Amino acid sequence: MLSPANRDAPPPLPELADRSAATAVPSLARIGWIGFCTVVIREYSRIMRIWGQTLVPSAVTTTLYLVIFGSLLGRRVGAPAGFNYIQYLVPGLIMMSIITNSYGNVVSSFFGAKFGKHVEELLVSPLSNWIIVLGYTCGGIIRGVLVALLVTAVSLGFTRMPVHHLGAIIAAALLTSTAFSLAGFINAMFARNFEQMNIVPVFVLTPLTYFGGVFYSVSILPHWARSVSFGNPILYMINAFRYGFLGVSDINVLAAFALMTGLVVALFILSLTLLSRGVGVRD
Amino acid sequence: MLALSTRALTKTYKNGVQALRGVDLDVDQGDFFALLGPNGAGKTTLIGIVTSLVNKTGGTAQIFGHDIDRELERAKSCIGIVPQEINFNQFESPMTIVVNQAGFYGVPRGEARRRAERYLKQLQLWDKRNGAARGLSGGMKRRLMIARALMHEPRLLILDEPTAGVDIEIRRSMWEFLRAINERGTTIILTTHYLEEAETLCRNIAIIDGGAIIERDRMDNLLRRLNTATFVLNTRERTPQAPQVEGFAMRLVDAHTLEVEISKEQNLNELFAHLSTLGVNVLSMRNKVNRLEEIFMRLVENRDA
Repeated sequence: MLSPANRDAPPPLPELADRSAATAVPSLARIGWIGFCTVVIREYSRIMRIWGQTLVPSAVTTTLYLVIFGSLLGRRVGAPAGFNYIQYLVPGLIMMSIITNSYGNVVSSFFGAKFGKHVEELLVSPLSNWIIVLGYTCGGIIRGVLVALLVTAVSLGFTRMPVHHLGAIIAAALLTSTAFSLAGFINAMFARNFEQMNIVPVFVLTPLTYFGGVFYSVSILPHWARSVSFGNPILYMINAFRYGFLGVSDINVLAAFALMTGLVVALFILSLTLLSRGVGVRD
Repeated sequence: MLALSTRALTKTYKNGVQALRGVDLDVDQGDFFALLGPNGAGKTTLIGIVTSLVNKTGGTAQIFGHDIDRELERAKSCIGIVPQEINFNQFESPMTIVVNQAGFYGVPRGEARRRAERYLKQLQLWDKRNGAARGLSGGMKRRLMIARALMHEPRLLILDEPTAGVDIEIRRSMWEFLRAINERGTTIILTTHYLEEAETLCRNIAIIDGGAIIERDRMDNLLRRLNTATFVLNTRERTPQAPQVEGFAMRLVDAHTLEVEISKEQNLNELFAHLSTLGVNVLSMRNKVNRLEEIFMRLVENRDA
């Protein structure tokens, strides 16, 4: 209708359904399900579209850690809990990748949507707030799990890994990626610029991860430092995950899973409350 | 049935600005409705509340009977919105943008692809469907937002200055497109600064200023209320001063241009007869501003006064 060829001709009528009467509208449950799948597909497409930024960096970093700390220095470190140091290191590195990627995916995707205003596509749609939160969270989980698989594959090039409890590995990975996806969502809601988006990862997440037992067992720490470490939730996540591989943990594994579950529930409620109030996204 | 109904709608922003002061507005199903007002009058805030992008301070709003406080999701499923500012992901392709949008409204992916083909073709975007949307021209981006808003075939289409920055040729073809959509039963609410656009397309009109509706009428009724119109006359010969014609207020704009104000009781034949007697030959004539613009300016200026 807009082409020069038919400028003077009357444009064809749009092929629309007759809207003069109320036509069949999908049920809210159907809208919710299809909408949720759409958000997840969109997030997955985004991850794959920019795979060089989303998937590869963690594999490169992990390779460096394994070469330097695992192969070169690890031989001199000794055998924590009766395992090679590199075997002790691998679960921590995988978990570190899950944490940073789940968090980073949601914070950058949701903040990008806010910044580019296309978050409005979702806000004006009939999707419930909990579906929007869940959709973004699933995007974070997908990236966390994909990177975890990649890092695991890289690690297997350096050492063989025992599997003590597969269920614990999967549960710890999923709960951790869920918790940090939600945390990323909350960060993105509050962030007003790119600097604010990076404050938490740099000043909170990285120190907590490094002091969360990725590279060492807290049993080697002095009493006061060990007590402080028990206030770090990432310690519980890494130890639960490591337990799944090696069957050893610095903390009670059931307590770790309870803490992770509680954290997920609390962060989900907080995310939902913030979105319902429109913090950072609605006037 | 009413497509939109608001009662005592108020909005006060955190900075204290009172954007809406108790707006009562009804828009009938099937209407092509103009919502006009100067910048900062409250149009976009009103649309923002209806589409849930802005939290209201007080009052109620219903979309096809669905209250936005009690049935927000159901209310939103009836609306398609074309916002004032570009708000799609410019790194995605037009195809992805419209298919995803349909998904957010519960349209399955297969059906969404069929509709995407239909609307992108009708809006001349089919050839551009797979490139990044940031590569589209301004007019194409506007058309993409219209295609996106139609993907779930909404019962109420809200267009917030849809033709801003679009050249006249494309604007007119967009008018035809929108008129056709309205004829098929979709209710349309249009805000625009092109008053010719509102006059051409819309059957009913509301004028909002200072957060309140100051006029609400049928378009033809409103235009009939115009008591005087100002015409611009182009003359063949140089005219050194404005001719004195009894009963007509004339003003010289330049040597070949006159302005004359004519009331409802007067007629142009009488004016031309007088001018002919005075030896003034008129080559062409036009309205100084379009009729709606004249009424709009008077209403808004009266309020300011």
